[in-house]
Amino acid sequence: MSELAIDRDIDRSHMTVSDEVAIQIDQMNKWFGTFHVLRDINLTVYRGERIVICGPSGSGKSTLIRCINRLEEHQAGTIMVDGTELSSDLKNIDKIRSEVGMCFQHFNLFPHLTILENCTLAPIWVRKTPKKEAEETAMHFLEKVKIPEQANKYPGQLSGGQQQRVAIARSLCMKPRIMLFDEPTSALDPEMIKEVLDTMIELAEEGMTMLCVTHEMGFAQAVANRVIFMDQGQIVEQNEPKEFFNNPQSDRTKLFLSQILGH
Amino acid sequence: MSDTNAQSVGFVRDKMLPESAPPTLERGVVKWIRENLFSSVLNSVLTLGSIYVIYWIVAHLYPWLANSVWSASSLNECREIRDATVGPGVPSACFAVITDRWEQLLFGFYPNDAYWRPVMALVAFLVAIAPVLFVSLPRKLLWFSAASPFVMFSLLWGGSIWGPITVAVGFGVGYAAFVLLGRVAGALVSVLGSIIAPVLFWMFLAGPIAGALTAVAPIGLPFVESRSFGGFTLSVIIGVSGIVLSMPLGILLALGRQSDLFIINKVSVAFIEVIRGVPLIVWLFTAQLILGYFLPPGTTFDLTLRVIIMVTLFSSAYIAEVVRGGLAALPKGQYEGADSLGLDYWQSMRLIILPQALKISIPGIVNTFIGLFKDTTLVVFIGLFDPIGLSNAIRASTDWNGIYWELFVFIGLLFFIFCYSMGRYSLFLERKLQRENR
Repeated sequence: MSELAIDRDIDRSHMTVSDEVAIQIDQMNKWFGTFHVLRDINLTVYRGERIVICGPSGSGKSTLIRCINRLEEHQAGTIMVDGTELSSDLKNIDKIRSEVGMCFQHFNLFPHLTILENCTLAPIWVRKTPKKEAEETAMHFLEKVKIPEQANKYPGQLSGGQQQRVAIARSLCMKPRIMLFDEPTSALDPEMIKEVLDTMIELAEEGMTMLCVTHEMGFAQAVANRVIFMDQGQIVEQNEPKEFFNNPQSDRTKLFLSQILGH
Repeated sequence: MSDTNAQSVGFVRDKMLPESAPPTLERGVVKWIRENLFSSVLNSVLTLGSIYVIYWIVAHLYPWLANSVWSASSLNECREIRDATVGPGVPSACFAVITDRWEQLLFGFYPNDAYWRPVMALVAFLVAIAPVLFVSLPRKLLWFSAASPFVMFSLLWGGSIWGPITVAVGFGVGYAAFVLLGRVAGALVSVLGSIIAPVLFWMFLAGPIAGALTAVAPIGLPFVESRSFGGFTLSVIIGVSGIVLSMPLGILLALGRQSDLFIINKVSVAFIEVIRGVPLIVWLFTAQLILGYFLPPGTTFDLTLRVIIMVTLFSSAYIAEVVRGGLAALPKGQYEGADSLGLDYWQSMRLIILPQALKISIPGIVNTFIGLFKDTTLVVFIGLFDPIGLSNAIRASTDWNGIYWELFVFIGLLFFIFCYSMGRYSLFLERKLQRENR
């Protein structure tokens, strides 16, 4: 875990944070059975923000972003995504899910479909896009993640890094307004981490609202406008990256940073 | 370079060796036999033992088959022919019973002049099943597949064609209800509507409409009663209907068993466990005796149809468990991947989950189908004339009293052809899918 793995210039011209609220989380609590995983989470994400969430394992960071598209259900408090409240109403859930893209640690590509079919599936069935148009969009985003030549292969024939880039392209095909990343590089070999991070940086440069759970502190320093540190299901500290890394306030944050940046 | 070589290399080859063959004992048939049959003492003993057993079986079977009599009108005549040709007491099969009675074994008591109807129904079935089994065939054929149950019914049972057509229209009514209600109401309402509307249609409208149409235009083949059905035709009708109907039902039950909805979950579990926990023969007796009590008085409910329903329910419980295994084998990430893209439940099941789960379940599903097909012979116990039942009937005649093996060999061969084909298709499908998404 190097301090600054990002060795390229970042184009910040489109990285602007507006005052429009994208996600509003109020007093949100979640339990797994009797285990209190998320406690009194309050978080407002503005359009255009790039937020990195870090913390020790089991601190609830993955659970937090999985609550935002209701892969996990919260038991108390409210979550508003693009002005729609997440409740048990299935229509709202499907609407939010189609507007919020998500990338997983293990990619979760569909192994029985080609790369192109993976990318066109949701636009065709959820957005009712005509097949031809969906394929054009898919090829556009596959070119963006630099693997258009793999379009007719199956996920199993691609490397981990390529699969994760396909997963990003698959989410982008739905033209999401918010992207969630759940440890996108944790299952990858070091040389593949870079290609995925590059793709994520390009996305940030275009002004995408992003919430990333990641241990890539280099990425956080280079791209994020806010870093959130979580421990024991609570937000312990949040700050802009420079302050967060150079001048952490809480003892827990200091300990965490010394552990992951120390070597 | 040359200096260092001269000092460090102690050996330089000046002549290349020609390619040569391996020693005699290490090549071709000799090598294969040595390695596979006589690699150790134990292996050699087993090989010799097996060869003896095979010899023993062939030595007993061969004369029986080689001296077989193919044309005679009774078992006694068979024996006389044998005595005259190969001598008394020599083992000899009397396949004359097959040449004499094969039509009965295949078609039961179906009218002689209408044998073409089951044959055409079989052809229709093969054409209908082809596009389902082989994706490379034109997709338009699937329209015929959808119509084929009604075509086959009209061919086999005959009667006015308006009956099957109004039943088919009922499915159209269900689909229309699904689409129309889907526009104005929620998903649940449209699903319920798509079930209730056709049932109401069939109960109250289908009969009068079919009757009226028949009065106006009486088209159709002569009606054949279910009682006349028998032989291998009956086995195939029950087996194929059971297979085709139990597949969707089994998938729904498997999904129900996985469902979070309490009632649906418990109903599915109870159904599967009850059906699976009771022998098929008991369900067949139930079909024969009890099902009548549940139906409104005065309804005559065909016994063959009852058997088909029972066999379908029985094998759908097994299919459900096999498919559930496939569903459980899928990583949770597949469900989450589908959810995160905004696919609704039925979309994610149809497009993502089931294609993968069914692929995993293919061997188990085909295994269940083979079992189901062979279990159709149990209907002999409730008085239907399947091939086994007919073999009893044939033996009951004075001509063929006392003949067993020849009939069973023939019946066994028929079943074997069907079951072996299913097994081979399953292997073909597995290999194809493995190749496709490696």
